Amino acid sequence: MKGFANMLKNISRNKWFLLMVLPATIWFLLFSYLPMVGTIIAFKSYRYSRDGFWASLFHSDWVGFKNFKFLFATHDAYIITRNTLLYNLAFIILGLICSVAMAVVLSEIVNKKLAKVYQTGMFLPHFLSWVIIGYFAFAFLSEDKGVLNQILTGVGLHPISWYSDKTYWPVILIVMNVWKELGYTSVMYLAAIVGIDRSYYEAAMIDGASKWQQFKNITLPAISPLIITLTLLNVGRIFYSDFGLFFQLPRDSGALYAVTNTIDTYVYRGLTATGEIGMSTAAGLYQSLVGFVLVMAANLIVRKIDKDSSLF
Amino acid sequence: MAKARTLNQPSRASNTILNVIAAVFSIACVFPFLFVIIISFTNEKALSRDGYRIIPKEWSLEAYRYIFKTGDQLLRSFGITVLITVVGALLSLVLISHFAYAISRSSFRYRNFFSFIAIFTMLFNGGMVPSYIINTRMLHLKDTLWALILPLAVNAFYIMIMRTFYRTTVPDAIVEAGKIDGAGELRVFYSVVLPISLPGLATIGLFSTLGYWNDWFNALLYIDNPNLVPLQALLMRIENSMQFLVTNSALSGSGQGMALLSTLPQDSARMAMVVLATVPIVLAYPFFQRFFISGLTVGAVKG
Repeated sequence: MKGFANMLKNISRNKWFLLMVLPATIWFLLFSYLPMVGTIIAFKSYRYSRDGFWASLFHSDWVGFKNFKFLFATHDAYIITRNTLLYNLAFIILGLICSVAMAVVLSEIVNKKLAKVYQTGMFLPHFLSWVIIGYFAFAFLSEDKGVLNQILTGVGLHPISWYSDKTYWPVILIVMNVWKELGYTSVMYLAAIVGIDRSYYEAAMIDGASKWQQFKNITLPAISPLIITLTLLNVGRIFYSDFGLFFQLPRDSGALYAVTNTIDTYVYRGLTATGEIGMSTAAGLYQSLVGFVLVMAANLIVRKIDKDSSLF
Repeated sequence: MAKARTLNQPSRASNTILNVIAAVFSIACVFPFLFVIIISFTNEKALSRDGYRIIPKEWSLEAYRYIFKTGDQLLRSFGITVLITVVGALLSLVLISHFAYAISRSSFRYRNFFSFIAIFTMLFNGGMVPSYIINTRMLHLKDTLWALILPLAVNAFYIMIMRTFYRTTVPDAIVEAGKIDGAGELRVFYSVVLPISLPGLATIGLFSTLGYWNDWFNALLYIDNPNLVPLQALLMRIENSMQFLVTNSALSGSGQGMALLSTLPQDSARMAMVVLATVPIVLAYPFFQRFFISGLTVGAVKG
């Protein structure tokens, strides 16, 4: 009884703070935590009921791990996992190399005003949606009007049906993703490089160190905590893919699914096209669970290296 | 010192190379947008004859004339986008600024619990299907503007940025002084904390403005009513219909295909719509960039 009275007293003492967190907390309950409860659909044979969500949930039969068994029995499960992992791996490695390189380039340019202008240009794609970028890409890849096919026919080669030939898409997707985010990520590294004490470089120069030696022995060690942190956080997200990139850029073209289908696009198509509610939910839960383990592991490692950079 | 610094500058030749690398990539980032502008000003006949050209043989304003003459749908979609962007950004500012402030105060007894509620959503989520079913079957958001506003209103990442911002820029002393003067927790928040937190609020506001303006995903899932389709989703629908015609080329000769084709804007008009969807971002861009960079640094400092 005393504990209860205490609790009431605490609540009343914190009532204004509680009022402040209330609206967003309701949002979290409705839009984040209810869907987590909803993942039990993955263990059910989901049937729509006219009496709403809870009725459908309760009246659907338990099927245990059957949805998961079906999912992993398909070839799709392998394809979407492979695509998601390999693309993310390419994005992480190539993105890291390119953005550190671009940050070094920008930091070395003598005319700082000019460097700022370049940076402003590079930042633009980050602000645009994949729908818009899909149109940009179409101006180049369109089969009858695109610039690339004009060039190909111009030099006497056969035009390519870009949106039905999957050969080139791994490269297109990787290049476009790096292109879109490079300006943004290089700014983070640039900020870290600019923050390095100039006297290190002066001392190194007096000792006759070349630019490469300076980069290897001063710049790289100084920005490596940031590199490790950002990379590990990306590794933690390796099971998630950018839906827009894989859905909008290839124009949802069925001929390209083998190289453009990721876990996220698979779940979406399961929900909207094939109506495989149980299996889609299972695929989503598979993604969330593996993703959870990876984020926790990545965060644990980041904490060990640099406590301030960890997510929590 | 100044002399040593100039000495450490790259040689003239390597400086030129560095400039070329940065300039080429920078142009590669801006060029596609310029190209789309050029296409939108190209004569439609020249487009179907020559394809997309960087220097078209015939210029034309026809695309823009067409859009403004027959652009009911475009105008409506533009209106929807502006509406959800304004309402959504304001709503998310209200929700995020309050929540983040409470969990930033060490005098809030339950701050760890509520921080956990936010952070856990960054680690685990129910996925697309349960969200879709709950939003449509329980909250009945299908074909309402709320489907475009609510799912994006709160984001744990923005809350963490804002919490860090309060912790680093709002000194305890100010809050305590306010309380000694007899102001309650809410009064202190509105009249003392919020005014000095404007840079942080601006950052979050811009993040979410951009998020709403560029969103097409929620429209893809929840909106069937053509009167409620936002701009990005309208562009997406046109693109999908075009692709549908291309992949079903048997259809494009048939009456049904011709009927569908006649409802779609022509090449130059489609590109003009892309330009109109992008121009507001480009105009607001210098402003954005400044806050984005400051936002990155705010986010980088952990409280």
